[in-house]
Parts: sequence; structure tokens; C-alpha cells
Amino acid sequence: MQEVLQYLFSGLTNGAIYAVIAVGFSMLYSATDLINFAHGEFVMLGSLFLVTLWGAWQIPLPIAFLLTVACVALTGLLFERFAIRTVRKPQPIVLVIITVGASIFLRGVAMILWGKDAYSLPPFSNQPPLELAGATLLIQSVWIIVISLLLVFGLHLFYRRTLTGKAMQATAISKRAAWITGIPAGLMVLLAFVMSTGVGAVAGMIIAPVTMCSYDMGTLLGLKGFCAAMLGGIGSLWGALLGGILLGVLEALGVGLISSALKDGVAFILLLLILYFRPGGLIGAAESARF
Amino acid sequence: MRRLPPIGHIIFILAVLLTGFLIENTYYFQLLVFVGIHTLLALGLNMLMGYAGQISLGHAAFYGIGAYTTAILTATYGFSPWAALPCAVLLASAVAYVVGLPTLKLSGYYLGMGTLGFGMIGFIVFREWSSLTGGSSGFVGIPPLEIGPVSFYSGRSYFFLVWTVVLGIIILCRRLIDSRTGRALRSIHDSEKASRAIGVDTMALKLRVFVFSAAVAALAGFLYAHFVTFISPGTFDFLASVRMVTMVVIGGMASVWGALLGAFLLTLLPEWLHAFSEFEMVVYGLILMGVMIVLPRGLFRGLLDVFEGAREQTAKRSGGVNGR
Repeated sequence: MQEVLQYLFSGLTNGAIYAVIAVGFSMLYSATDLINFAHGEFVMLGSLFLVTLWGAWQIPLPIAFLLTVACVALTGLLFERFAIRTVRKPQPIVLVIITVGASIFLRGVAMILWGKDAYSLPPFSNQPPLELAGATLLIQSVWIIVISLLLVFGLHLFYRRTLTGKAMQATAISKRAAWITGIPAGLMVLLAFVMSTGVGAVAGMIIAPVTMCSYDMGTLLGLKGFCAAMLGGIGSLWGALLGGILLGVLEALGVGLISSALKDGVAFILLLLILYFRPGGLIGAAESARF
Repeated sequence: MRRLPPIGHIIFILAVLLTGFLIENTYYFQLLVFVGIHTLLALGLNMLMGYAGQISLGHAAFYGIGAYTTAILTATYGFSPWAALPCAVLLASAVAYVVGLPTLKLSGYYLGMGTLGFGMIGFIVFREWSSLTGGSSGFVGIPPLEIGPVSFYSGRSYFFLVWTVVLGIIILCRRLIDSRTGRALRSIHDSEKASRAIGVDTMALKLRVFVFSAAVAALAGFLYAHFVTFISPGTFDFLASVRMVTMVVIGGMASVWGALLGAFLLTLLPEWLHAFSEFEMVVYGLILMGVMIVLPRGLFRGLLDVFEGAREQTAKRSGGVNGR
């Protein structure tokens, strides 16, 4: 029982990270119908920027946190301006290849800037681990879960309560109709890129103390985040949260109770199952024809 | 007109014969064998992407199924490679059928999502099922190919073997495209709704093309395994699948020669980029993005367009002069 609780804790921690990555996928997808295969690389950039700003240069954590988000979001902005917007006939397949090219490019840049070594960071704060019913919960796990919940809740408020958020949702439903009503649709797409990559950076920063940060950490994280987004129903904020947590918990239980060979497989088995039985995701239309 | 073999095939055969007899360097033969194997992969995927309008992000798994099936059957169970070949192709086709059946029912790019998951699972199975596949340290001792007294051991003989197979698949693809099935496929690519309205069973057709492309990938895997005689899971990972898609897109979708060009460039590019050493990935990424931004229809079509555009302009100019 204690063991299961311990698996549950580690599952929740990983799940919260997958959820934040999935939110990034979902935000961009709903605004642009684009699956960004470079998203994992923005997560990686978040980790490595924090390694430099907080770990090496000793900038206070809150400031380093904001600076990292700003740097990564700026990268996302440049990516949209120079790579995505310059395509004359934006067919989905061409855009997908461009994001794949961008992911290789970003990984290459990170390898040059940070080298091939892996870095580690201390937890965000130095409290002892919590003891709950015989299982321990690392303080960084608390940080991860709290930050991801705050992020999802904050985004929910942004979409529901602010004019910009509503304009973004309108753009997601129909770019042309939004443009006719006076919404600067192009700007909204740019904003979606900036916010999605910024959210990716947050995922990278909260995971940094519990993993080894290196230039090639992004690919698998990105793919698993994508699985989580599909699991919950891509395009839905709460779906991304649900999918991420579910994926994290099932992965931890699969590894703990069945076999560690399953570690990376669980996400993709779930992806196939959800495509077979409920392609719209757990939250969302039963049959979806988008993308 | 139809009776004559197309001029492209003759040029192709001559080019293969010339390179085969002129080159002496084993390293070049090895590279060209890889180009041939990658061409096969690109040809199969090209049918799926260019004509059926679907994308597969897990094709490396079919390539791997081909390689591992023949490796296990020949090295572990002592089968003849020629008996292992149909097993490898049939297994990959059957798996493709099972993966494709539910995802192709949905419109949109669900096959891409499904194959992404399947490809990762394939890679994990190759890596983790170590009692059968040798795990992450790889599988050694795959026997080389032989037909009667002829042994395909040297670079040159394998070069001819692979490129003969490539020619066979090129002809097969072109016959397929020109057939009734091919016309139906092209109609799906242009408009799925319209082709369904005139009575094309779009789902069955897409499934058949997907199974065909998986079978070709397994054939390529078979040739790869018996050439290098050592395989490891790293060859069949997600990046390998992405590289195959990239070959098709860079070369130009819906064009047999585009697939050849794409396979050529993407096999040789890393060799050229070694000069950039640590900037290799940066340059690779930039080239990929650049080609897609400047020539979204791929290099083959793109360059043809540029060439034809220039000719049209000259024609217009001279036509204008004559007209007056």
C-alpha cells in the first residue's frame, strides 16, 4: 500500500509536468491547427536557461524564472516570424516538416551553447521531504504540482475573463470570422506561439531539479506531452491537465507494478488505445475530424 | 509510345551500370548501397504521402520489423534468407493492416498520430525484448545473401543487387500509379469527398497503400540487415521515421524521381556535413526548414517549376517580339 502511494506521488509529479507540456501543445493547436514537433525543444531550452541563469549566474530564482520565460518566448516569437509565417502555402505537412527542422536546429544550437554534458539543479527550496502515510513526497514535487495547477487555472481565467483571451478563442474557432469582427488574427496567432513556448519553458524549469538537463532531453518529453494532449483531447485546457496526470500515474504504476521496460512505452500504448476507442480524447467530441 | 520503356528508366539503368563499374572505392559502394535502401524506404512512403495524402511517423518500425524478422529467422533459427524474406514482408504487412484499419477510418491525419505511437512502441520492443532481439547492444551474426554460387559479399555485388530491387520497385510504383487504382489514389489526394462521391472506396484504398508501403519498408529492412550483418535498435528510432518523411518531402511528394533525389541528398548530406563537425545539426535543421520555406513542393518539382518558369518567360519575351 505504501509502495502504491509512493508510485502515485511520483506519477503525480511526472503527470503535472506532462500536463504543462500538453497545455503548450493544446494552446498552439487550437489557435493554428498545428502540431509543433519542436515543442519539446522549447521545454529543453527552459531547463538549460534556468541552469545558466539560476545555477551558474546565481540570479535570484523568481527573476531567473521570469527571464527564462521571456527568453524562450522570444525564441518562439522568432520561430513564428521567420520559419512559420514565411511559408507561402501553409499545408499541414510542410509546416510539420518545418517544426521538425526547427527541433533539430534548436537541439544543435543548444549542443553548441551548453555542450553535451548533463546538468543538475538543486530543488527550488530546501525543506525536508514531507511524510504522508509512510510515503515521502519531495518538496520539489510540491512545487511542480502547485505551479502546474496555478498555470492551468491562470490560463483558464485568461481565456474566460480577459478580452485578449476571448479574442484568441475566437481566432481558434475561425481565423477569418475573427478577422472580420476586428480581431487582429495574425497577432493572436503570434501570441499563441509566444504563450505556448513560454508555457513549455515553465515545464522545463520545474522539471530541471528532478532530472538531468541536457540538449537532447526535449524529444521524448515533447512526444509524451503530445500523447497526454491527445489522451485528454487536444485543444482542451482541462483535457491536457487530465491527460497529463493520467499518463503520469499510469506510467508510474506500470513501471512499479509490472516492469521498468514499460517506462517509455505506456504513453504510446495509451495513444494507440485512445485513437482506437475515442479519437477525440477523453474530454471532447467522440469522433473528431480535425487536424 | 507505351510499348517503349520510359526514357527515365533507361537513363537510370545506364547510370547504375556506369557507377557500378567505374567506382573502385568500397566506401563509396557502401554509401551507394545505403542510398539504394533509403530510396526503397522513400518510394514506399512516397506512395502513401504523395498519392494517398497520408503521413506515417512510424515507418522505421516496419523497416525494423523487416530487419529483425530476417535476422532472428536466419541467425537464431537457421532459415535461408530467401525463406525469411516473405515472412518479414508478410509480418510487416499484417502489422500495418492492424495499425491502419482503425486509424484510417477517421478523416484527417490520424494515421500519422497512430503510426507515431506504433513506431515508438516498435522501437521499445526492439530495445527491451533482449532475449529475442539482443536488446540495446544489438543483434550480431546475420548471414550474408547468396543465390546459388553467387555470394553478395562484396560492395559491388550488393550494390547491383540493391539497385536492381530499386528499379523493380520504381517500375512497380509507376505501373501502380498509372493503373485504375493509381487514378483512384490521385483522386483521393485531390479531394477525398469527390472521389467518395464517384464511388471510390477511399478507406480500403488508403489501407492498401499503407500496407504496400510497409511491405516495401520491410524489404528495405531485409536488404539492410543482410548487408551490415549487425543491427541495433538505434537505426529504427523516431528520428529514423522522421528522416524518411523528410526524404520524401525534400525530394518532392508524388514523384518517383523526387523520392530518389531525396534519398540521395539525405544519405549524403550527413557525410558532407561532417566538415561542420559540431555545427552539423544546426546546418541540417536550417537546410530542412529552408527547403520547405522556399520550395514547399520539394526540390524535384521546385527546380522543375523554376526551370519552366524561366522558359515561359523567355517564350513570352520572344513571343512578344514575334507578335508585333
